[in-house]
Amino acid sequence: MSDRIAVEITVNGTLYREAVEPRLLLADFLRETLDLTGTHVGCEHGICGACTVLLDGDSVRSCLTFAVQADGAEITTIEGLGEIDALGPVQAAFREHHALQCGFCTPGMLITVTDMLQKYPLASDAEIRDGLSGNICRCTGYEHIVRAVRSLVAKRDAT
Amino acid sequence: MSPADDVQLTRPQFVGASVPRREDPRLLTGSGLYVADIKRHGMLHIAFRRSDHAHARIVSVDKAAALAMPGVVAVYDGEDIARLANPYRATSRMKNYQPTWIPPLAKGKVRYVGEAVVAVVAESRYLAEDALAHVGIEYEGLPVLVDPEASLADGAPLLHDDLVSNILAERAFARGEVDASFASASVTAGGRFHFTRTTPVTIEARAAVAEYDRRAQSLTLHCTTQIPGIVRDKLSEIFDLPGPRIRVIAPDVGGGFGAKTSLYSEEIVACAISRDLKRPVKWVGDRMEDLMATGQAFDEIVDAEIAVAADGKILAVKADVIGDVGAYSIYPWTATIEPVQVVSFLPGPYRIENYSARVRAVATNKTLTGAYRGVGRPISVFVMDRLIDMAARRIGMDAAEIRKLNLVNDDEFPYKAASGLVWDKSAFQACLAEARRAIGYDELLAEQAKARAEGKWVGIGIASYAELTGVGSRIAVAPGMPINTGTETCNVAIDSTGAVTASFGVASQGQGMETTLAQVVAEELGVRVEDVRINLGDTSAVSHGTGTYASRAAVFGGGAGTLAAKAVREKIVRVAGHLLEAADEDIETGGGNVWVKGTDRSMTIRDLARALYSDMGRVPKEMRDEIDNLEATRVYDPFFGTTTSATHMCMIEIDPETYRVAVKRYVVVEDCGRVINPMVADGQAHGGVAQGIGAALMEEVIHDASGQVLTASLVDYVVPSAVEIPSIDVIHVEAELPNTVGGFRGLGEGGTIGAPACVANAISDALAPLGIEIMEIPATPERLFRLIEAARG
Repeated sequence: MSDRIAVEITVNGTLYREAVEPRLLLADFLRETLDLTGTHVGCEHGICGACTVLLDGDSVRSCLTFAVQADGAEITTIEGLGEIDALGPVQAAFREHHALQCGFCTPGMLITVTDMLQKYPLASDAEIRDGLSGNICRCTGYEHIVRAVRSLVAKRDAT
Repeated sequence: MSPADDVQLTRPQFVGASVPRREDPRLLTGSGLYVADIKRHGMLHIAFRRSDHAHARIVSVDKAAALAMPGVVAVYDGEDIARLANPYRATSRMKNYQPTWIPPLAKGKVRYVGEAVVAVVAESRYLAEDALAHVGIEYEGLPVLVDPEASLADGAPLLHDDLVSNILAERAFARGEVDASFASASVTAGGRFHFTRTTPVTIEARAAVAEYDRRAQSLTLHCTTQIPGIVRDKLSEIFDLPGPRIRVIAPDVGGGFGAKTSLYSEEIVACAISRDLKRPVKWVGDRMEDLMATGQAFDEIVDAEIAVAADGKILAVKADVIGDVGAYSIYPWTATIEPVQVVSFLPGPYRIENYSARVRAVATNKTLTGAYRGVGRPISVFVMDRLIDMAARRIGMDAAEIRKLNLVNDDEFPYKAASGLVWDKSAFQACLAEARRAIGYDELLAEQAKARAEGKWVGIGIASYAELTGVGSRIAVAPGMPINTGTETCNVAIDSTGAVTASFGVASQGQGMETTLAQVVAEELGVRVEDVRINLGDTSAVSHGTGTYASRAAVFGGGAGTLAAKAVREKIVRVAGHLLEAADEDIETGGGNVWVKGTDRSMTIRDLARALYSDMGRVPKEMRDEIDNLEATRVYDPFFGTTTSATHMCMIEIDPETYRVAVKRYVVVEDCGRVINPMVADGQAHGGVAQGIGAALMEEVIHDASGQVLTASLVDYVVPSAVEIPSIDVIHVEAELPNTVGGFRGLGEGGTIGAPACVANAISDALAPLGIEIMEIPATPERLFRLIEAARG
């Protein structure tokens, strides 16, 4: 085992100072060290997108990122998007459109949608589907997710 | 007081409404509890060393070096586990069936790549994985059986020494005059169809946490299962523990699709180790483990032919099926589940009087096959609906018209299909007609003609199917199984605080049952949906339950929930009649209140519960003795089950440069009886279709000649992303309701049953000018390229 390395990582606005093994994945840091189990691990090789988090505002795979790489960074996870009795707008749209079934891919999906809403026009369904293509959902067939994102785009563009 | 303003007395109040899901707030905020999220004080972690041979004798296992690694607490091999767990296998009363013993960790031999051989237990998963490489296993290679036809041949090496052949099951069906029909047919069509092996790929890989409680000498297993009751009952035998000392809980489960309907080795190993070490242990499968050691499916070779008269009437069908079932006969379903369903459902919703079929389930050195969404029927429909199109093309008949001619008509129900299955009644013709209308079939044909004139490869596909859902005790889900899949239990209880809890033996893996079952119970009881707490996925919920599989949960859960809620409502009415001084028939319930119709005399159910349970004197002893409590348990057995049917239609286009198939349009018209929650029902169809499109176009488990898995990552086993799936229209035809309690039919699997055939037919239609028929799926760009190159000479 290698020596532990001190890191300072801000997660959902809270600064954490921890000493971690260099090989510790960011996903495991969030889930095991911080007990933020909302971030899910679906493949551990960067395909499924369930573990997606925002790192300094960009969506990244926390299963392909070491915790030490996030030293000094600001991370947003699913836990940072809203509360169980006060859903954030992306969460509320997913509920309204039944854009989740088992909920396992959902945290990564919500983070990706949060990111793409801030960065892309998403003017057509094709663009929305393109934006979602890095996140696999096995339950919904994507139809309701696309509808949820479409409603969020409309809301965003109306203001 | 008249009923509260928010109570509408129009029934149904909740059934049929798109009630937002009650599970969503926790799942949307990362507050769900999946097995991988569970932590316990002193918990150890298991990692498995898995076989890298497809077939080999285990000469020796050396655990010493692994045991010396940091943080390692124990190392177990197959012999160790055999001392801690009784052997088991999946038995069946079916003739010509050979069960196989399933060692939780390989003992003596390994039979597929990915089979668990050694379990390393350590303080963390990282440390357990570190130690895996230090386990020394010496193998002696045995002949590898990858091709099922080689495996069933005389003289093939035996996969299991105690069996007489590698054919685990064999069955034949025959009705009518098949040979004579073929002799008199004006057209025959057919050939060899191949539906390649797929795997379900739940985004949550399987996982288990086993906790041994020293004080109660009991085991609690949290696992990613669809069948907590079946797992509990078998573990009780495997560990000689009575029910109260073994509890199985499926908390939030991240997708099932059939993958999680079997008892898995890792669950047994986790329990054995926790009991042995008297500590909580956890195993979380990674994706590579999932792609090698979770039940796979759909691996069937079908030689089939159809005989058709000049007017398009189907005269006869014959089929010979070889199912590659992998290394063991899976518990509880057995190796028969998929191959036998292929032949029993092959005639589908069509009027086919003459039918003969044979099926053989053959063991090979591959991962076990089990249930995957649709079970057998995606293959049946792929073959049958391809045969119909092939015959239609030969006689120059339209694909929709030939189906209309041959689909069983409404006045023919109940209809006994040629394989012996009985279709009670279902909207076969109405689904086809509505699908034609919804997709604009005539316009689509014109559009296709125009595209074809421009040299484009554009095709239209149709598939119609029927499935049995909510299968009751009259027939088992898999033939001859010794477990009961034909009943389900619900307990509805109002406690002394007035709160309603409805407990079920079914489990949810994303289907939204905490919402849909609450809708059903609230409807019958007269309370609000949010007032009903749904308790499921836990063997402590009811005395007997099996779980969620075979499109049964809405039929069984909805049925049992309806019956139990009705019984509790009767008790409420009796007590209310006394308290409100009215005749029982004048009592109404709704919105959590009870009142005397047409008066202002009313009370809450909460107050009624208090009157019965706590405020002695308000309800006389005689009535309390009679009512007992505000609780009822009911078992529902639909006996026969009921027929769900659908027609799928799609349009595809093949890219002439990349040979990639783009699905442009997709319509599903289904009869799933009374729809509990249309939004949830639509979601089930969308997801099923997406998996079917995956099977048609991209998903394939590939083994090389030595049995190595070439698709052990999601880079190589490709599942559809949002880009490959089109917008899907779903239309529900609520035709005459079935005789199930509540009128519900099952709908979980349908999408996957229809889509592979629909897409394969569309591709064949697109390539008809080249004379190409799709006989093997997935129709990957490479396969299409080869077919088109060969056709062009």
